[in-house]
Amino acid sequence: MSDENLKTTPLNAAHIAAGARMVPFAGYSMPVQYKDGVLKEHLWTRENAGLFDVSHMGQARLRGVSPLSAFEEVTPGDFIGLKPGKQRYSVLLNKKGGIIDDLMAARPDDDGLFVVVNGACKDNDFKVIDDELAGQVRIERLEDRALLALQGPKAAEVLAQHAPDAAGMVFMDARAITAFGTDAIVSRSGYTGEDGYEISIPASEAERVWNTLLADERVKPIGLGARDSLRLEAGLPLYGHDVDETVSPVEADLAFSVSKKRRDARDFPGASRIAKELAEGVTRKRVGFVVLEGAPAREGAEIADEEGNVIGVVTSGGFSPSLGKPIGMGFVPPAYAELGSKLKVIVRGKAQTAEVTAMPFVPHRYVRKL
Amino acid sequence: MRFTKDHEWVVVEGDVATIGITAYAAEQLGDVVFVEVPEAGKSVKAGDNLAVVESVKAASDVYAPISGEVVEGNAALGDAPETVNDQPEGLGWFAKIKVANPAEVEALMDRAAYEDFLGTL
Repeated sequence: MSDENLKTTPLNAAHIAAGARMVPFAGYSMPVQYKDGVLKEHLWTRENAGLFDVSHMGQARLRGVSPLSAFEEVTPGDFIGLKPGKQRYSVLLNKKGGIIDDLMAARPDDDGLFVVVNGACKDNDFKVIDDELAGQVRIERLEDRALLALQGPKAAEVLAQHAPDAAGMVFMDARAITAFGTDAIVSRSGYTGEDGYEISIPASEAERVWNTLLADERVKPIGLGARDSLRLEAGLPLYGHDVDETVSPVEADLAFSVSKKRRDARDFPGASRIAKELAEGVTRKRVGFVVLEGAPAREGAEIADEEGNVIGVVTSGGFSPSLGKPIGMGFVPPAYAELGSKLKVIVRGKAQTAEVTAMPFVPHRYVRKL
Repeated sequence: MRFTKDHEWVVVEGDVATIGITAYAAEQLGDVVFVEVPEAGKSVKAGDNLAVVESVKAASDVYAPISGEVVEGNAALGDAPETVNDQPEGLGWFAKIKVANPAEVEALMDRAAYEDFLGTL
């Protein structure tokens, strides 16, 4: 896709003014980094508050007679049990139990479900939902809204100054409130492993809200580069890299997204495969690893056993700014998925030793109670 | 100092050329977190992969601007890869090569030509 065909977010001018390096991502021109660079932006978010433009992501309302039960037809989550004011992580499944996308779905108010999906997948996701749930739900895509993420240990004290109605929210709470003097949908969540919020606001208010937050010395703009290294340290999979349509939630180590109630009912797409995997195990599993010596093993690098037999592939990998060493995720057979298992990762023809490590690599700091 | 369009620099002293990447290249890469330098004794031709430099985001190849035999890789970068950002055209050098063909050095850009080239990017 040529640059001329790239879409822009409502914050495009603000990114350029802030010295961002813009790159194509999910069909949009997006900031990969600002002047400070990936390493400093990453560490700033871990210590202060980072502000991310994630307006490329797909926001929508699902409305209908019973949108919660309808949504259970395309996901394995307990959405009938989703209480007002709460948000849930889930996956959109195909008939074979493969993951079409991962997503957040919330009830910020009584107006159906508020759904946020990945930017690169959004057109297909909403088509799948529309096809599968035709006659049951009506999708309204919220293309006139921007989405900001404010992440880091200082995010809560910063947001409190602009959104008094967010007081009392804990991790995975979602509320439709007035924030920054405009109508906002705020959830206490994110994709960095830190405490923080995702804030949906009208596109026309985006630049004002962005600049209001950046006027606070605790807040800096953070690009997609650091967003990726932060989520990798947090052990969170990136759709299209760690997860695709062939991968089940069990293989992806996302079995928590298959609720107890739904496991028993087996009433979701691909339920027979997923029930079998839960009962009998899988042939490949997503694991985290640390490279003990050598270069970062990046996406596509082969994983071998100690004898050199190829047993898997790296799906995300890079240098961890917080830990100061290379980390990654990949798929291996369950026999190699035990914590402490030694693996070889092949980088430029060299077999480097890696060790299967618990994820998250850097502890999550979600605020689950106040 | 001589330069390539791939943003490597070469300084020749006697018959040994020291090779690194330019300040422009280092700035474009961002924070360097890992460097792989060649071992002494390796023979390279102009245009071959000489070293690898990695930022948080990506790995990039450094090409040999000239042909010759590697006499030394900069081992200090193993523990201090950030030197490539701090002193790209000095202590952040990657390798020293015994010059096989001095004409290859002469054919590279001088600083004025390299700066003109940067102006076109």
